[in-house]
Amino acid sequence: MEARIAFAVAATHHPSGDSSRLAVETRRLTRVYKTRRETTTALQDVELKVSAGELYGVLGPNGAGKTTLIKILVTLLLPTSGQAFVDGLDVVKEYKGLRSRISMVSGGEQAGYGILKVREQLWMFSQFYGMNSTMARERIDELLERLGLADAANKQITSLSSGMRQKMNLVRGLMTDPRVLFLDEPTVALDVGAARDVRSEVQRWMREDPTRTVILTTHYMQEADELCDRVAIVNRGRIVAEGTPRALKQSVDETVIVDLQLDPGTPLLDRLRAIEGVGAASVREEDGVDRFSLLLNDDAVLPRVMTTVEGAGRRVSGLVRRQPTLEDAFVKLVGRSMTEEEG
Amino acid sequence: MTAEQRFDYSAPRIFFKTIVARAYPRVVAANRQKSWLFFDMAFPVVGALAMVLVYQGLHAPRQYLGFVIMGGAMLAFWQNVLWSMAAQFSWDRGNGTLELYVISPTTFEAVLLGMALGSMFTVTLRAGVILVVGSLFFGITYAAAGTLPALGVFVLTLSALYCLGMLLASLFLFYGREAWHLSNAMQEPVNFLSGLYFPVHALGAYVGGAASLVPMTLGLDAMRQLLLPGTPVFIPAGTETLLVAAQIPIFALLAGISLRYMESRARAEGKLVTRWE
Repeated sequence: MEARIAFAVAATHHPSGDSSRLAVETRRLTRVYKTRRETTTALQDVELKVSAGELYGVLGPNGAGKTTLIKILVTLLLPTSGQAFVDGLDVVKEYKGLRSRISMVSGGEQAGYGILKVREQLWMFSQFYGMNSTMARERIDELLERLGLADAANKQITSLSSGMRQKMNLVRGLMTDPRVLFLDEPTVALDVGAARDVRSEVQRWMREDPTRTVILTTHYMQEADELCDRVAIVNRGRIVAEGTPRALKQSVDETVIVDLQLDPGTPLLDRLRAIEGVGAASVREEDGVDRFSLLLNDDAVLPRVMTTVEGAGRRVSGLVRRQPTLEDAFVKLVGRSMTEEEG
Repeated sequence: MTAEQRFDYSAPRIFFKTIVARAYPRVVAANRQKSWLFFDMAFPVVGALAMVLVYQGLHAPRQYLGFVIMGGAMLAFWQNVLWSMAAQFSWDRGNGTLELYVISPTTFEAVLLGMALGSMFTVTLRAGVILVVGSLFFGITYAAAGTLPALGVFVLTLSALYCLGMLLASLFLFYGREAWHLSNAMQEPVNFLSGLYFPVHALGAYVGGAASLVPMTLGLDAMRQLLLPGTPVFIPAGTETLLVAAQIPIFALLAGISLRYMESRARAEGKLVTRWE
């Protein structure tokens, strides 16, 4: 089922990228981690083609292989097999030439030296790329201004909030003007305002030069939906679907999507999943109630769902039928929600 | 500026800019955290003076007081190599800075040289204070004629030590806790074998010869021969100086090879990344 859906959406092309030049390409990319106790396949036969100018999202639950993919593409990790190219350069053989063309910003990043002030730290990193100091300072000030950090330019880094720190990290990522920018969950643990600022700046940076490319991994479906030209959904080291957010949402268009709100009680998720006609189900606890999202093959399944709920002694406090989201497409493809641990 | 030009910075340019940039946080730290003036200078001075008092108590020849003072001064540089240079990559890995070094177009050699140069002011001050305070306190005199040659030997020794530090730092690219053990192991035994507090001649040819692998051993001995006449000769100062000079390209070459090799192994085994999934 997964393979069929992946095939169906993979043919969709992004709207804005320059398909004549690939910013990222992987061929049967595989990465296996071996320890004395176990062997973990973090990526398996990943095939990616991202055109220059695309904002490409990689979605997946914890342990899906997103970060491994990014670390290989930024030359921090070697693949176990397969090939990867960034801006046309082989990440294994031509990594030295590649490093001046890329940058990476990770969520919760603590890199650098707390004794430094914001502007000083950014200048330090700019020098590792050989930037002219005057030009670097101008660029840093411009980006700090754009991200609302101008007043913090002379603050010591240890005094920054997590949101300010992440904005500073984004400035570091942007100031060298990379051809391909890798953002590894850049808004994780940020408050709404800071996350919005980060997203806006990424969009603005992309608009400034249509050849710039961003590879974004994220936990947040709404973020991917809002930002990305195309997304790949990764699960257990494999790409299970790829396409524009719209195309992925359309893959669940035929499905009846119901949000069910239940008061706390006996666990119900596995019983709901076992009902014939329930394509996928996920649950999250919010404000003391369980919020289930159910993907039903058709309306006729709903009565069977309600019977199961009543049979379990659970009280329904809300029921809504709604339009599909990227999250629904994800749940349908992966079989669980982004935040749910693998069973 | 076109996109192509933007990425066209030459390797030497990146190298020298990196050295200055990486030295900067250490210079700033010395300026902003004045506590080092107490911790980095008072304690080592007390340590060196205590050893001098032990020698005095044992009625050791007066020369030995000079040996201790010079050894105490050189110890500052050795500790800087071990902990502020080699082991720094371990801290940098922990907070994600190492990842950013790796993915930038700079080299580890430039980063490490920056670290070394950045610490130079504080370490030199610390060594100088030990030398001046100890010498004045115990009335130690040095041969004026040997001052300039000793300074030359010192520069060579320091260069060789920092190249050795780069070699050690390469281990921290791949190893974590194991490399800490190595640094620990290289502290007290090397302090002993290098003859920090006594002339290396006392160790005999074989042990002294083995200890000579650490540039500090021969460098310190040569400086003592030049500044403290009557120092028991292990190897003549001129020969020691040549050997130390020869260690510079050898350790530099080994460091370069080892840094490349360890980076490659670390990339293969995922040792450079702070998290993966």
